[in-house]
Amino acid sequence: MTAHTPTIVLVGHGMVGQRFLEALADRGVTERARIVVLCEEPRPAYDRVQLTSYFSGKTPDDLSMVEAGFMEKHGIELYVGDPAESVDREARTVTARSGQVFAYDSLVLATGSYPFVPPVPGKDARGCFVYRTIEDLLAIEDYAKTATTGAVVGGGLLGLEAAGALKGLGLDTHVVEFAPRLMPVQVDEGGGAALLRTIEKMGLTVHTGTGTQEVVTTDGAVTGMKLSDGSELATDMVVFSAGVRPRDQLARDCGLTVGERGGIAVDELCRTSDPAVFAIGECALASDGRVYGLVAPGYEMAQTAASAIADETVDGFTGADMSTKLKLLGVDVASFGDAHGTAEGCLDVVYSDSRSGVYKKLVISGDGVLLGGVLVGDAEQYGLLRPLTGSVPPVSPEQLVLPAGAGAPVALGPSALPDDAVICSCHNVTKHAIGQCESLAEVKKCTKAGTGCGSCVKVIEKLLPAAKDKGLCGCFSYTRSELYEIARTLRVTSFAALLDSHGRDGAKGGEGCEVCKPTVGSILASLNNGYILDGEQASLQDTNDHFLANMQRNGSYSVVPRIPGGEITPEKLIVIGEVARDFGLYTKITGGQRIDLFGARVDQLPSIWTRLVDAGFESGHAYGKSLRTVKSCVGQTWCRYGVQDSVKMAIQLELRYRGLRAPHKLKSAVSGCARECAEAQSKDFGIIATANGWNLYVGGNGGATPRHADLLAQDLSDAELVRLIDRFLMFYIRTADRLERTSTWLERLEGGLDHLKDVVVHDSLGLCDELEALMAAHVEDYQDEWAQTLDDPDRLRRFVSFVNAPDAPDPSVRFVPERDQIKPDLTILTLGPTISTLEGASS
Amino acid sequence: MTTLTEPSARSTTMLELSPSPGAWMTVCEEARLTPGRGMAALLPDGRQAAVFRDRAGRTYAIDNRDPFTGAQVLARGLVGSADGRLFVASPLLKQRFDLETGRCLDDDEVAVAVYPVRTV
Repeated sequence: MTAHTPTIVLVGHGMVGQRFLEALADRGVTERARIVVLCEEPRPAYDRVQLTSYFSGKTPDDLSMVEAGFMEKHGIELYVGDPAESVDREARTVTARSGQVFAYDSLVLATGSYPFVPPVPGKDARGCFVYRTIEDLLAIEDYAKTATTGAVVGGGLLGLEAAGALKGLGLDTHVVEFAPRLMPVQVDEGGGAALLRTIEKMGLTVHTGTGTQEVVTTDGAVTGMKLSDGSELATDMVVFSAGVRPRDQLARDCGLTVGERGGIAVDELCRTSDPAVFAIGECALASDGRVYGLVAPGYEMAQTAASAIADETVDGFTGADMSTKLKLLGVDVASFGDAHGTAEGCLDVVYSDSRSGVYKKLVISGDGVLLGGVLVGDAEQYGLLRPLTGSVPPVSPEQLVLPAGAGAPVALGPSALPDDAVICSCHNVTKHAIGQCESLAEVKKCTKAGTGCGSCVKVIEKLLPAAKDKGLCGCFSYTRSELYEIARTLRVTSFAALLDSHGRDGAKGGEGCEVCKPTVGSILASLNNGYILDGEQASLQDTNDHFLANMQRNGSYSVVPRIPGGEITPEKLIVIGEVARDFGLYTKITGGQRIDLFGARVDQLPSIWTRLVDAGFESGHAYGKSLRTVKSCVGQTWCRYGVQDSVKMAIQLELRYRGLRAPHKLKSAVSGCARECAEAQSKDFGIIATANGWNLYVGGNGGATPRHADLLAQDLSDAELVRLIDRFLMFYIRTADRLERTSTWLERLEGGLDHLKDVVVHDSLGLCDELEALMAAHVEDYQDEWAQTLDDPDRLRRFVSFVNAPDAPDPSVRFVPERDQIKPDLTILTLGPTISTLEGASS
Repeated sequence: MTTLTEPSARSTTMLELSPSPGAWMTVCEEARLTPGRGMAALLPDGRQAAVFRDRAGRTYAIDNRDPFTGAQVLARGLVGSADGRLFVASPLLKQRFDLETGRCLDDDEVAVAVYPVRTV
C-alpha cells in the first residue's frame, strides 16, 4: 500500500496565487504533494499592478509573473480558462467548469476581487467597461479606436490608472469622483488638491464631489453621462473603476462564513470556517476585520497559508499597513502609516508647493514618533520614511519634508534605519536581511526584496557594501559622466590637464591609456566642438577618428560620404561610382541608406575626399562615436500612405546633428506613417509621423541586444520635435557612460523613462536651457572635417603610409579579386611581407 | 644672434633608428611626431617600424606589424601608460605592446621586435 499523496487545490491564479505556489515550492511542499491550480483567466498570473504599462508597450508576456518552466519544475498542474464552479466540503472535492472533479486535502481560495459597478441605468450599455484584467484592457483599446472622449467613474488609485490609460489612447479624458477629492483613501485634502492641479495640467478634466446618476445611451451605445449635480457629460465610453469587492460567491455557495460586507472570513493562519479551506488575498476578510486590496498584504497571507499547510509555525497574519507608493499619470503618490492622522493628539508637519504640485505631510505623535504621512508630486523619501514609521526620526520632521537644496542638508541616509526596519514591504524584508547580501542581484534572489513594486531598490543599493570601483580605467577613478561634469564645470580643455588634476595618483603625469584618451577626447569635442585633430586632441583619437575613416582588417580604410536621409541625385551617385572605380574601391550599400567605399590606403584618403568634397559631399562620420545616419522612408511626397514629409525631416535632423560627438554612435530614422518602414523604433532616436505631427521614440537598438524604443512624446510640431531631440541628446551625452548606447543608458537611468520625461519634457532639473544652448553651439560651429583637413597642409602631412617615404604606398595593403570587385589579400598578412621577429631585429 | 640660431637648431633635431646592429638611418624630424601618437617608417629591407614620442619627449620604435592580425598598423594605435610602462594598443583588436621591450601585455607568448632609437 502506497502512502497517501496529499492534494492541494488552489482556486485562482493571480499575483497572490502565484506567490502562494512559490511559497509552497520554497517549503518543499511541491515535492510531497500534488498541486492543482484552477485559473479563470486565459493566461497564467500576471502583474496586475503594472496593467497600465501594457499601453506603454509591454506585452502580456512581459507582465507574466511566472518564471519560465516553474510549473513543470515543481510538477504543478495548471488549468487556465477553467474556473472552479463548486466546492463540496463534505466530499472534499472541487468541480471545475470543464467538469473535471478534483479531490483535495487542502483547498486555497485566491479568487481575488471584482470591480464594483454602481447600479445606475445604462451601466451595461455598449461602451461601458471595467478595468481589471488584460482582457478588459484589450476591449478598451479596441473600443477607443472609434471614440474621442472617455470618462472614468472613480478617482481612486485604479481610476487614475484607468484615466491614464484612456489619455494614452488619445481620448479626451474625464474623471468622476464621488468624494470631494482624488484618491480619498490614500491622501488627505491637501494631497488631493496637489494631485488635482497636476492632473488637470495634463489635460484631464476632473469632476469631484459628484456621482454618476445615469449612463445615457443611443441605440444601446454610450453617448454620455448624467451626474448627480445635475450636469451632463458627453462621452463615447465609460470605464467603471469605483472600487473592488471580494469574490466570495464560491465560498458563500458552499456555506463558508463570509463577512457582512463581503469577504471570506479567515483566522490569523488564513483558515476559513472550515479548517481544510484557506482564503488569501483580496477575497479574504482578515482577522482584523479588513479586506486588503493591496498586493503586499496578499503576499503576506500567501506566505502564512503556505506555512500553515507545511505545518510550520508562523506568526500569523494579523493585518498589514496600507502603505503605498505609486506613479499615477506620471505623478508620484505615496501614503504610509497613519496617513490621515487619526491617532489621538497627533500633529502635522506639512510642506506644500502648488507651483510644482508637491505636497508632503508627516503625522507625528506628541512625543515625536513618526506615525505616517502623505507624499504627492515627490515621493523620493518614501523608501526611507516608511521604515522609520513607529520611531523617532534622527532629524527634525521639517528637514524630512523640505525639498532637497532648501535649508540645511539632511544627512539622513539608510544607515540611520534600525536593523529591524522593513525595507521591502512587498516581501517583508528587513534591513538586517539585506545586510547579509553582497549585491542587488543577490538581494533579489535570496530575499525577493525589490522584486515587487521596486520602490525600495534605491534604498537597498545604498545599504549594500560600497560598489566596486566604477572608475573609467586604470587612469581615472571617475566615470565618464563625472569626467564630463568636471571638464564642463572646471572648463578643462586638455586631456593632460584633466589627467594631472583628476587622474588616479599613479596615473598623474602619465600618458593615459587607450580607454580614457578617446573618451576624454570625445568629451572635449562635445564641449568645445573644435576640429578634433588639432594640437593635443590629435593624440587622443582612436585611429578611425584620427584618420577620419574606418580601419579594416588589413590596415586599409573605408570611406563613407554623408547622404542625408538617404536622398541622393543621380549626379552625385555617379561621382561616388567614379571615385570607387578610379581608386579601385570595393563598394557596398550600408544598412543606413548610404554607400561604403572599402580598400583605401591612408595616403589615398585626401585624394578621395577631394573628389567627393568637390562634388558636394562631406564626411559621413562613419568612423566617429557620433551621429551616423537618419534613415527615412519616402514619405508623404510619394507614398499613398504617408502623412508627413519624412525625407525632409530626416535631412533636417541629419544636418543638425552631424558631427556631434557622443559616448557611442547614434542612429536615427524618420517614418512617414505608422507603417514604420524606416524602422524608427530600433533607433537611438526615432520619429514616426502622425496626422497631427510627430511621435518621438528614444532608446531603441538593433544589433546584438535589440530593444524597442520608448515613446517620449506625441504629436509634436517640427520645432517641438527638434527642441526635444536637442535636449535628449545633450542629456544623454552628459550622463552616459563610455560606450553606452542610449538603450542601455535608458535602462540604467534611475527612474527610467519617467525620469527622462521629467528632465527633458518637464524640465524638472532646470537643465533644458543649458542643453539647448549646448546643441545650438554645436550646430553653429559645425564644419566638415574632411574639408577642414584638405584646407590645411599641416593636417594633410599625417596622411602618409611612411613618415620617411611619403610617396611610397604600403606594400602590405594588397587586394585580390572577388565577385567583380576586390577583397583584402590576407595571405600577405599571415605570412608577413618580411620576417619580423625578435631575432630579425638583432641579426 | 645666438638666441635665433638656438631654437632653429633644436627644431631640426632628427630621429634616427637602428634597423640592424651598428647601422643607423634617419626617420624624420623629431617634431613630426605628435606626443602620444606614432608614425610608420619603411626600413631598407622592406620591414616596417612604428616610431612614437611620449609626453615627456622620449622616443621609441617597435615593429609595425600587429602579430595578432598580421596588419602593419601598430603605428596607428594609441599610446598609454600603465604602472609607469609605456605601451601602444593595437588599433585593430586593442592588444597592448610595451614600447621598451616589445612584449605584449595581454599575452605572455607574444612579442614584437624593438629598434634602438636616438635623436641627433
